Amino acid sequence: MSEDRLDVRKTYKLLINGAFPRSESGRSYEVTTTKGEFVANVAQGSRKDVRDAVVAARAAQAKWWAQSAYGRGQVIYRLAEMAESRRDELAEHVRLCEGLSPKKAQARVSRAIDRVVWYAGWTDKIAQILGSSNPVAGPFFNFSVPVPSGVVGVVADQDSSLEAFVDAVLAPIAVGNTVVAIASEKRPTPAALLGEMTATSDFPGGVLNIVTGFTGEVAPTLAAHEDVDGIDLGGVDEDFANDLAHSAAGSIKRVLRPSPTDEASLRRLRAFVETSTVWHTIGQ
Amino acid sequence: MSDELTNSRLGEMAYDPAPESAAIARLKPSYGLFIDGEFTDPSSHAAFVTLNPANEEPLASVAQASSADVDQAVAAARRAYDTVWSKTTGAERSKYLFRIARLIQERSRELAVVETLDNGKPIRESRDIDIPLAAAHFFYYAGWADKLDYAGYGPDPKPLGVAGQIIPWNFPLLMAAWKLAPALAAGNTCVLKPAETTPLSALVLAEILQQAELPPGVVNIVTGDGTTGAALVDHPGVDKIAFTGSTEVGRRIQQRVATSHKHLTLELGGKGANIVFEDAPIDEMIEGIIDGIFFNQGHVCCAGSRLLVQESVADDVLRRLIRRVDQLRVGDPLDKNTDVGAINSAAQLARIKELTAYGEEEGATRYTSTCALPDKGYWFAPTVFADVAQSHRIAREEIFGPVLSVLTFRTPEEAVAKANNTNYGLACGVWSEKGSRTLWVAERLRAGVIWANTYNRFDPTSPFGGVRESGFGREGGRHGLEAYLNV
Repeated sequence: MSEDRLDVRKTYKLLINGAFPRSESGRSYEVTTTKGEFVANVAQGSRKDVRDAVVAARAAQAKWWAQSAYGRGQVIYRLAEMAESRRDELAEHVRLCEGLSPKKAQARVSRAIDRVVWYAGWTDKIAQILGSSNPVAGPFFNFSVPVPSGVVGVVADQDSSLEAFVDAVLAPIAVGNTVVAIASEKRPTPAALLGEMTATSDFPGGVLNIVTGFTGEVAPTLAAHEDVDGIDLGGVDEDFANDLAHSAAGSIKRVLRPSPTDEASLRRLRAFVETSTVWHTIGQ
Repeated sequence: MSDELTNSRLGEMAYDPAPESAAIARLKPSYGLFIDGEFTDPSSHAAFVTLNPANEEPLASVAQASSADVDQAVAAARRAYDTVWSKTTGAERSKYLFRIARLIQERSRELAVVETLDNGKPIRESRDIDIPLAAAHFFYYAGWADKLDYAGYGPDPKPLGVAGQIIPWNFPLLMAAWKLAPALAAGNTCVLKPAETTPLSALVLAEILQQAELPPGVVNIVTGDGTTGAALVDHPGVDKIAFTGSTEVGRRIQQRVATSHKHLTLELGGKGANIVFEDAPIDEMIEGIIDGIFFNQGHVCCAGSRLLVQESVADDVLRRLIRRVDQLRVGDPLDKNTDVGAINSAAQLARIKELTAYGEEEGATRYTSTCALPDKGYWFAPTVFADVAQSHRIAREEIFGPVLSVLTFRTPEEAVAKANNTNYGLACGVWSEKGSRTLWVAERLRAGVIWANTYNRFDPTSPFGGVRESGFGREGGRHGLEAYLNV
């Protein structure tokens, strides 16, 4: 940003089905630094945007899961490459949103990018860790494999704008789910930037969808949506999480209420997988 | 198949009666609650009668646990957890579970008769499936108790504490084993709530726990109706709820537990698709379809209640199927030759009648077995509906009875789409001699269990459980430990 020219600023939009629409509602809201300085006008997603995102995620899920585990790992690793090459931009927004020193912001971005790499490596190992061959008493070949729950809703952490977001969205994506994420309400731009990077990382449209906006307005729609199979309630306080968990029970959703020790953990990877067991007869 | 064989009336060949003696059950006139290692009277002295569904005769009087009794049971479980069980080594827990497994084997004939009397299922099934599998589950998890470090959840995984376990009436002792064995192996203590209509085998199990000298309070058994279960679900002293039953009740339990810190696993309803391709091995397939829906009177959450047949063979499959249905021997559950026993309760019979009436009303073609039904008791003749559409209630709702809905498909893609066209996702079957296609279909089915060229097989080493609205969590195998560990 040189001093003798006016910089070109970015409009921060939603990510739905691989496209970057403004909210269908046309609304936006002002995001500021922790000190109240203007950062950006960010799209204020609506309940309809959430429903559109779920449709996109559902449509993308079978395709994402049909890719080889190796292929999914390549795509996620590509995201780390994109993030590394734009790390200064990420760090600037982590700094603005989280009120950190430039050095600390850079360190957080480093950890976030390393975590993307960590998840990239999981895609083709999770089946061996969570799967099994089962020695049943009878002439059957019996095996269990982890399969994705399907469409996972993420109500992302409100404080950790990038690191926690990476955990919340990439754990389910690495194991074959597609995700509709509601970014941190007050600190949404790092998530929005990561979303932009997926567009240049061979992520099929709809695998990661990001809705920015007011958590209290859009999270209930995500939690109650009948075509969402699981939900991560990491970004809401206990009372609100109780309400959302109650409405998630309407369609027997898997509910993750993560604890701080869950970052980059097997528990996170397990949260939205199902064990599918196949019995096949053995005979001549 | 020759017409001569097709048209012969094999069903007219008579078997002599071969009844097992009801006296083997050694039933007592009344049973108390099992709390802190002793049979006790409920605080309110309330009781209910459990019936033999095959003749509507009372079998025994059983205690109705109130919330005060549940409180006692949870307190006993907590005490046992704090003072005994959490200090018992894995190796010792293991030996208790092995003892229980052996005792079940020793008393297997008695347990089989108890189960058949209380549930209505054929003695052949309780003798050959329910009771041996219950013992096998204790044997399997016994071996895990001192090997939890190797279960894949990191070193020294911890139990959850007190587990509240609510089980259904379709496999009473087996479901008790599925719940208790992994919970105890992982180091939890338990409060088990058997189903209202089938409490007796769990109470015999309580005697077995006494014979095994399991420390008092490690397992408590509270009999009663839905209010007893609700008291257990709501009890603040419970760390974990494990429920097997209907999706409707499971949903309410998940809602009630949502505002607590209780762990939860649910094994709920299903509407399993049994998919038959034109190259399926014909005789095994017909037997598999029969087993898939008429096993245990169709009171099976993973029953293959939707038959999806490839159009090219649909007429042949339906003809053979109906012929086979007519040969099913329906009647006295204690008779060793009986294939299909009694419906478990009047309420369940009413539900089956209601849904099958919709089947006719909505335009499906009904075929009902010509078998004679006993005069007394709750009975429903094996029934097959052809010409069923996906929108029909009998294709969408769990009937939980001996009723099969037959639909057709042309391509593997269509079969998968129809199989997945349900909110449930417990089990499916695939019948084909082409392994590559079977695995292609299996990969695409949204179900927790897939049986290829077989159906309704269970084993303690094999994880069982659903996806979507069939619930979450697994029972059986290494995976089954996860439901009772804080991992």
